[in-house]
Amino acid sequence: MSIEKTEVWVTGIGLVSSLGEGLDTHWAQMTSGQVPVPSVDSEGQAPYLVHPIVEYEVGTQIPKRSDQRQMGPWQHLGTYAAGLALDDAGIAHNPELLAATNMIVAAGGGERDLDVDATIMEKISGAENPGPILNAALNSELRPTLFLAQLSNLMAGNISIVHGVTDSSRTFMGETSAGVSAIETAVAQIEHGQGDIFLVGGAYISERADMSMLMEFGHTLWQGEHGSVWSREDSDGGMIMGSAGAFLILESREHAEARGAKPYARINKVVADRCTRQPGAARKNADQLFEQISDRIPSGPLPVLSGCCGVQPQITEEHEFLDSLSEHGIEPVIRGVTTLFGNMLEAQFPVNVILASLAISRGAFFDPFDKSGIEKEFSDAPERVLISTWGHWRGESLALVEKPDVPLRGDE
Amino acid sequence: MSHSAKDHKGRPFVVVTGIGIVTSVGEGKEDNWQNLTAGVSGVRKISRFPTEGLRTQIAGTIDWQGDQRYCAPVHSIALAKKSAAEAIEQSGIGSRGSFPGPLFVANSPAETNWDQRMVVYNGQAGASSTGYERLLKNVAAGNFERYYSLFQFASIAEHLADEFGTRGQPISLTTACASGATSVQLGVEAIRRGDTDAALCIGTDGGICEEMVVRFNLLSALSTQNEDPQGASKPFSKTRDGFVMAEGSATLVLESYEAAKARGAKILGVVRGAGERADTFHRTRSTPDGSAVIDTITRSMADAGMSPSEIDCINAHGTSTPENDKMEYLALSAALGSELENTPISSNKSMIGHTLSAAGTIEAAISLLTIHNGVIPPTINCNEQDPNILMDVVPNEKRIKTVNSVMSNSFGFGGQNVCLIFSAEPA
Repeated sequence: MSIEKTEVWVTGIGLVSSLGEGLDTHWAQMTSGQVPVPSVDSEGQAPYLVHPIVEYEVGTQIPKRSDQRQMGPWQHLGTYAAGLALDDAGIAHNPELLAATNMIVAAGGGERDLDVDATIMEKISGAENPGPILNAALNSELRPTLFLAQLSNLMAGNISIVHGVTDSSRTFMGETSAGVSAIETAVAQIEHGQGDIFLVGGAYISERADMSMLMEFGHTLWQGEHGSVWSREDSDGGMIMGSAGAFLILESREHAEARGAKPYARINKVVADRCTRQPGAARKNADQLFEQISDRIPSGPLPVLSGCCGVQPQITEEHEFLDSLSEHGIEPVIRGVTTLFGNMLEAQFPVNVILASLAISRGAFFDPFDKSGIEKEFSDAPERVLISTWGHWRGESLALVEKPDVPLRGDE
Repeated sequence: MSHSAKDHKGRPFVVVTGIGIVTSVGEGKEDNWQNLTAGVSGVRKISRFPTEGLRTQIAGTIDWQGDQRYCAPVHSIALAKKSAAEAIEQSGIGSRGSFPGPLFVANSPAETNWDQRMVVYNGQAGASSTGYERLLKNVAAGNFERYYSLFQFASIAEHLADEFGTRGQPISLTTACASGATSVQLGVEAIRRGDTDAALCIGTDGGICEEMVVRFNLLSALSTQNEDPQGASKPFSKTRDGFVMAEGSATLVLESYEAAKARGAKILGVVRGAGERADTFHRTRSTPDGSAVIDTITRSMADAGMSPSEIDCINAHGTSTPENDKMEYLALSAALGSELENTPISSNKSMIGHTLSAAGTIEAAISLLTIHNGVIPPTINCNEQDPNILMDVVPNEKRIKTVNSVMSNSFGFGGQNVCLIFSAEPA
């Protein structure tokens, strides 16, 4: 099939994280000339650390109290960030455009009421015949709205209801890979004319102890002082979970130009694969993924945003992979995004793409996020940013985000 | 189509070369087809857990686990493996453990259920604490590697990708009760883009547990006609009082027409088109004028390049809730106009129950079998049709009819609606 691919532009961004809300806040903290200071809570889930979501005004994007009551904090955050992205792209409150806007949300499981869980666990613990007690407890403790908050696809549902996005709506489930697949799919759909404009992203709330339990089933959480993700390479590793609501508007160049929308950046390519994480397998995947995009990247210094998960041996394998780019004549200038933001699972890749777009649009790269020495200075205006995002359990991906006006390289 | 591998929009035709089904009424295509055309119900009293105190005590469960303790993702994975193995074997594509295309899995989230939560809770390390603090302490002190690989939200699709050797990152998706149809839609889109020649589309749901029953009861969505399990799911009837939860899985192997022909595969049907439109009205109810659902149906016909008169039969969403069946009738009347009078519409859920995330894929599979066999399965339990629903719902008895095309509807909580259209391969 010979199809003229259209370019994919980032024309809207909505970002709320542990560092703050909006691009200016993030930019200021990440380009101050100092190593930025992460926001860390060491008490809420001690001995684990989390990066709690910053306070924000839910009502400015979700004005109706009746809507707010139908959601928990995770859906609030996603619906809020989606609203910011729609505003930023200039399509909020435009029924015609919203009816043509497609949506792919990367979601984890919906939210549980942890107090209700605690009450029920106490009631049935040690009971000889727990079944009927559980049934009675569920009947008396659960509320209908909680069930709706628990459905993974209801973040997308709430975005449709609150913001009026009504073309296609899909929810991809499952950690970091879901965020990658969401953007990868939207890019592919735009490139092939299966949609001109997409709202894509996700949210994660690190304060959720049920999610921490899920991660700790694999003993993957970090215990101890906060430090650079690279510093955890000398130990068994571990994740510090982070919080973010991160949505992007992706748009075909033609569609954006026709309505006078300005791009932050262009997404050149997203490539992803998986393995069962036998030692060395993720590294091998990354090598093969890089082969697919290497002809799109000129030699010389290359800013790299790594969503390094924090789990070993993935830190080492990813670090070695990034170092090996020098074999292609590339000098990677790495920023470990998770050092500053924590691991944001479904929101990780959307945040990485947002930060890459931010750096490209502002014509500068971020200060090093730590003093490890791994992260070098970069004083030029970045033309392209490589994004490396590997899940803590499964999934490896690379993406290339670039200035919209640099010539496309190596496309077939 | 024998003349061209491209559809009316110049896109590659997408065909089905493998079908696999597991439901409460049977294991495998033949078993299912026999029972569905005979009007057999798979709904029964729940035996998996005590139902004392629950308003709903019936479901279309699939009870394979024997002595093993029930675990939702394990069950969903097992169901999916069954249907996928059947579909892949029929299609003859790839080789064992190596499917040459991506995987799209519709499933309900792989969540920790009460059984596992209590296993963790009852550990010793955190015994002096309560709530999640206690859970976290016990988890830190114990070995829960198995839970780790089962309860990641991507786990069902990842385990299936391990088994079938699909390409790239699998996508696990949810659009609530439309999920199964979305999995087919994603496969169709990938093939139309030319990203792949084949795709494995699976819907699976093995998630019936106490909490799910209670939660759907809280929404007053489930039938409570516990005394007559097999008669409880009665789509389009006057006395319908909610849906019956069920478990199951179906798989479609999709291929481009060109690739299927080139390898000499038997073509079981064509995915002619898909339509979708999200609703903005309410989390569990459609816009009262039906506009989003009407749009979904209309868009599917536009995508397929077909008019209402070319739709021979409709595989209904037909959940048996008062709201859905009324809305489905309203939307079909608007979208198909007077053609609806001549179009039989049948609900498989009257027999299987509502398999939630898997329903769209299961009903897609049954739509293809309907075309293949020239028989429309009945809507059972239709003893008194709702007088306000003036459709030919194929009541109680199967219908023998040449069927060249079937429209299959799926509407989800959260306002996500998908409609698929299948047709026979023209001679």
